[in-house]
This record gives sequence, structure tokens and C-alpha cells, in this order.
Amino acid sequence: MSISPLSRRGFLKGTAAVAGAATLPHLSYADGHSPLTVGFIYVGPKDDFGYNQAHAEGAAAVKAMEGVVVVEEENVAETIDVQKSMESMINFDEAKLLFPTSFGYFDPHVLKVAPKHPDVRFQHAAGLWTDGMPTNAGSYFGYIGMGQYLNGITAGHATQTKKIGFVAAKPIPQVLLNINSFLLGARQVDPEITCQVIFTGEWSLAVKEAEATNALADAGCDVITCHVDGPKVVMETAAGRDCFVCGYHANQSPLAPEKYLTGAEWNWAGVYTGMVQTVLDGGTIDNFVRGGLADGFIKMSPLGPAVSDAARAQFEATKAEIMAGGFAAIKGPLKDNTGKVIAADGEGFAEDDIALESMDYLVEGVIGATS
Amino acid sequence: MLLSISEKATRARPGFGWAGLTRRAEAVVLPIGALLAGFAVFSLFLLLQGKSPADFFALVYRAGFGTVFSWENTLSRAAPLLLAALCVALPARLGLVVIGGEGAIVLGGVGAGFAGAVLGGTPALIALPAMLLTAMVIGALWIGAVGALRHYRGVNETIASLLMAYIAIALMNHLVEGPLRDPASLNKPSTAPLADALKAGHIPGWDVHWGLVFGVFACVLAWVLIDKTTWGFAARIAGGNVRAAQLQGLPVGKLIVGFTALGGAFAGMAGFFEVAAVHGSANASLAGGYGYTGILIAFLARHNPLAIIPVAILLAGFEASSGLVQRRMDLPDATVMVLQGFVFIAILMSETLYGRFKIFAPERWRSA
Repeated sequence: MSISPLSRRGFLKGTAAVAGAATLPHLSYADGHSPLTVGFIYVGPKDDFGYNQAHAEGAAAVKAMEGVVVVEEENVAETIDVQKSMESMINFDEAKLLFPTSFGYFDPHVLKVAPKHPDVRFQHAAGLWTDGMPTNAGSYFGYIGMGQYLNGITAGHATQTKKIGFVAAKPIPQVLLNINSFLLGARQVDPEITCQVIFTGEWSLAVKEAEATNALADAGCDVITCHVDGPKVVMETAAGRDCFVCGYHANQSPLAPEKYLTGAEWNWAGVYTGMVQTVLDGGTIDNFVRGGLADGFIKMSPLGPAVSDAARAQFEATKAEIMAGGFAAIKGPLKDNTGKVIAADGEGFAEDDIALESMDYLVEGVIGATS
Repeated sequence: MLLSISEKATRARPGFGWAGLTRRAEAVVLPIGALLAGFAVFSLFLLLQGKSPADFFALVYRAGFGTVFSWENTLSRAAPLLLAALCVALPARLGLVVIGGEGAIVLGGVGAGFAGAVLGGTPALIALPAMLLTAMVIGALWIGAVGALRHYRGVNETIASLLMAYIAIALMNHLVEGPLRDPASLNKPSTAPLADALKAGHIPGWDVHWGLVFGVFACVLAWVLIDKTTWGFAARIAGGNVRAAQLQGLPVGKLIVGFTALGGAFAGMAGFFEVAAVHGSANASLAGGYGYTGILIAFLARHNPLAIIPVAILLAGFEASSGLVQRRMDLPDATVMVLQGFVFIAILMSETLYGRFKIFAPERWRSA
């Protein structure tokens, strides 16, 4: 993290703030007198079996901590609504640590509000914090593409038609990485497998998600996964069409117990309790945090009853490789589905390669287009 | 609905005499009564949930109107609502129910974002008006087309405007994810970010953007147009009885296209402020639903542009309090929408009460 050169006015403000703060009775929460109020803001409902539920489960773990008060708001739009929700938590609840969890909250909303409240810490999921952004803001995320890679391995064993399907929201880097990882995982089992993708265009649009799932089933896909905010509709529709399903964001096995193979889940409970503990101890959270399976940022749902022994063995072996670190799902020789070379033989992008966060292609074997 | 609008347009206008005063009183007392009735029914709903209505309204007051921050919160939310409501109220004076203002907002926003990206290097004094004008022209064309379709092709304006709003959102998604996308906007496809000089700032001393001032000004302007000009008079005649207006030689077609286009221009202006004052670029977040809340506000204000101002502020206050209500009372975020729904129904039902109470009609006092 770089420190920007201080202006004279900035320095005077800073010294005045320190002098003012010194007269306050509670400088940190470490003394145990004042509880730390932590705010969580979700873009959708907390019980969506998906993105928001995963974060809410993390918030629930924070609630159980000593000396912490949790406040939550759901269905907050990525407009001035979220700016005012954050400020409302700061003004009325004296929140000192905020987790605005939707991607679209970061730029411009967190970046606009953070400088106004230098004593509040803003922790944003999925954003790309870079030098020069407010230092009381930070972004964190996990390498969940690895989870989709493991999903792909169970899918590769389960498919009879050699065709698997993916219901996707938007053709953006995070989603493309998941689609590519899912297919490449399946191709570890059988290189003939293809993956058809349908983009719905929205993060949460149940009707289109159901239509897309049915269209994939009609096209012969017999294992389906997705990347939308709430996978409930995809899971139930696909299972209703007698397809196997792989979960995403949270554990969806209760929705389709017989058909659920496994799922790529966020593990925010560990991440959030860790970050809150850092603040309680008077420490500072890094501005840019990323982590994978080995760091406990993501986890896999327990394998379902339809997973064969061979699949289980390969799943566990690959998982162990990923846990060892430096694993590259995107590795050469690899072309995209228009024939362009992505990686030559011997080249690869490890899970923590920042280049993966600007992915703009679908790999060979994915049926679909990014635009 | 149509009937009540036309009825109102043709009714004698209140003068300054005793009769005029009582009729003005009727126009204030009935909506307030309906509002209170809506609150009362909603309180029953809360009691059924085992929650205290007193706590609820205290929180709504505190988070919506109780502190400086609350007012900033409320007024920031009210800004786009004022303009969105005008997009409903202006055509309504001609008897048209236009519910697709959302389309003009999102496309106006895309137009402003595009113009801002193109004019990145030009001085703000030229670029900002150009962005505003682009947004307003696009909005005017979009909703004006609804009026033209209605008048010249007989297409129902309610259905047309709603369907065109869906087309507008699809078009916006296509544009910001395709031709107008800034390649650097990785996971949130957007137009190129506006230069800092091209951001519409805040009203000095207030954390509220200039859209509020423009919105209030637009409401006053619309009121002058409708109540104080021959254009407005002609529009009210046409809204009351199209055949009669045509027999009088009034240019009904021009009035319809003109009023719908003006409404659309105001919605486009809302889109401009969303981009220039809130988002800093055009992206999918523009479809924030302001166009739909605007419908509610226009009907609650009985399509009177001046009444839109307090009604928009009231509903914005409800929305500003939604978060605190969620946090303190453990009520779902939909609670405030339920309240809005009850108030809406109560106000619509109160439409049938106009002229029924003798107290507001002095000419009938003697026959009692």
C-alpha cells in the first residue's frame, strides 16, 4: 500500500484529528468497553440459496462473536440507496466496519462514501482495490473458479451425453472463469466433453434462468451448473428435467438431494470472523485480500449420493493438488473457442494470477459467445 | 382512472371566493384523510405481525425526517422521483396513462454517459449542458413516440410505454456491454467514466445533488404550463373530451406529442443526474425503478405538478427509513412497499369521494 504525499492541509487535518481522538475515552475496541458494530449489506434476499445467503451465513458467524453487534440490510440496490444505507448504519448504529457485499457497490459507491468517513472501515467483496483508492476501503474475494473446476470433475464422471450446461448471468471475467473452469475440470475426465452456456443478462431473473435451464436440457445437457445470484431456480428446474446439478455460492443440496453432485461454496464465516477479530484487536486488514480453497475462502459441498467411486477418487486427488497451492486450471496447450491461442504448452495461469481477473474468452469446447 | 382524470380537467376551477376556498380545502383534506386511512390499515397489518405501529412511525420519522442526515437521505432519493413523476403527470392531463418513464430514464442516462465520454476534454460549462440536452432529447423522443403512436396509430399508450421500457432496458444493456463499453470496466460493464469536471456536484452545504433543484424547478415549470398558459388550458380540454377539443379546432395531436415529449424530457433529465451526480458512468444500475415509483407519486399527487413535490419527498422519506426499520424492528425490506401499497389504494378509493361531502360545497348548504 502506498502512502500518498501529504498536503499541508491534509497534515493539519490529520494532526487535529489525532489531538481530538486522544481526548476520546475509547480509542479501540480492544479495551472491551464499547461493542463493535458491523454492518452487512446485501443486494438480494438473505435466503436466496446463493450469493447473498453465503454472505449472510458469514454475518451469522460474526454475530456469535463477543463484543460485536451485527446490523444487516437486504435488497439494497446498487444506486444511491447503498450509499445512504452505509451512511445510515454509520449515523444511526455507529457502525465502524461495513461489508457491502455486492460487486456493483464498489465503484462509485464505496469509493465515494469511504473518504467522508475516515474512521470507518469498508470491506468490499469482489472489488479490485488498487493503490490510490481510499485506504479505509479494501476488497477481498476468493478463487471460486477452482470450485467450479472440481464441480467439473464430478460432472465429467456423471455425464452420459458428454454435454454439460452452464446458466450464466453476464459475460464478465468472474463468470467466464467459472464457465471455463467447469469445462476444463470435466475435460480432465473426458476431453470429448463440451459445455453449452446460456447468458441470461441479469444477476437475478428467475424466468430467464428457468428458460435457459430448460433449453440446456433440451439441447442434451445432462449436468448443469450456474453462476447467477440465486441458483435455486436452476437447481430445481434442472433436477426436474432429470439432470444432475452442481451447486454454486452456497449449498443447494436440499433443493435436489438425489441429483446434487457437489457445489462450489463461499466460506465467508471464517473470512469474516477473522477480519472482525483483526479490527477488535486494533489491527488493520489488508486492502487487497484474496484466498482460495487452502486459505478457507471457499469450500466444496459434501459429495452427493450420485457421485461414483471413480469420481470421488479423482475429485479428492485434484482437491489435494489445489490445496497444495499454485494450481493452474487454465494451462497450455489451450485455445479459446474462436481458435485463438490462450496458453502455449507449458504455460499456465495459477489460481492467484491477477490476469485471470480480466478474462474475456471462452475456452475451446464451450459452446457460446461472450457477446 | 381515465374518467377521474377527465372529470377533474373539465370541472370548474376553484376561484378566490368562498366556494373556491372550500373546494381547495377538499383537495387538501381528502388526500390527507386517505393518507391517514392508509396508515391506519397499515398499523393493523403491523399489529397482526406483532409489531408496534408507534415504533414503526417513530423510526420512519427519525430516519426520513428526524436529522440533517435523514433529510439529505430523503431529498437525495426524492430528486429522480420528482422528474419521473412528471413523466406520468404531464401526459395524464391529456387523459393518457403513460407508465414507461423508466425507459426514458435509462436511455437518457446512457445518452448522458455517452456524451460525457465523447466530450471528456471540453470545459464543463459546455459539456454538462450538452450531456443534459442529449439526455432530455432522447427521453423526449422515447416518450414522445408513445404519444405519437397513440394519436396517429391508435396504439394504447399504457401498454406501449410499458413495453418500450423493457426495450429501453435491453437496449441499454446492449449498449453498455457492447459498443459503448469501456474496456476497463471488467466485472461491471459501463461507459467510460466521466471526467471529474463533468460530475454534477452537490448543492453547497448539503449532501444532496443538483437534481433536486432541477426537479423542483421542473415541477413548478410544469404547473405554470398547465395552470397558467393557453397550452395547458387546451391540454386540459383535450384531456376532458377529445371530440370537443377537435371541434374547437385545438391541435390535439401536437398537444399529445408535445406533452408526452416534455414528460419524457424530464425523465431523461433524471437519467442525466443519475449518471452525472451518482454513478459517474452509464451502466445497468440505471434501471433503479424510479420510473415505476414515479407512477405512484403522480397518482398520489392527482397529477398536480406542485403536489408532486411534497408527495415525492414523503415517499422518498419512507424509502430512506426502510433500512432502519429493517435493522431495528427486524421487519423485511418489503414492509415499506406494503405501506406504499396501502396508501396508494386509500388515495385511489378517495377519488370517488370528491363532491360527496356537503361541507365542501357551500352552494348546497341551504338545501340541507
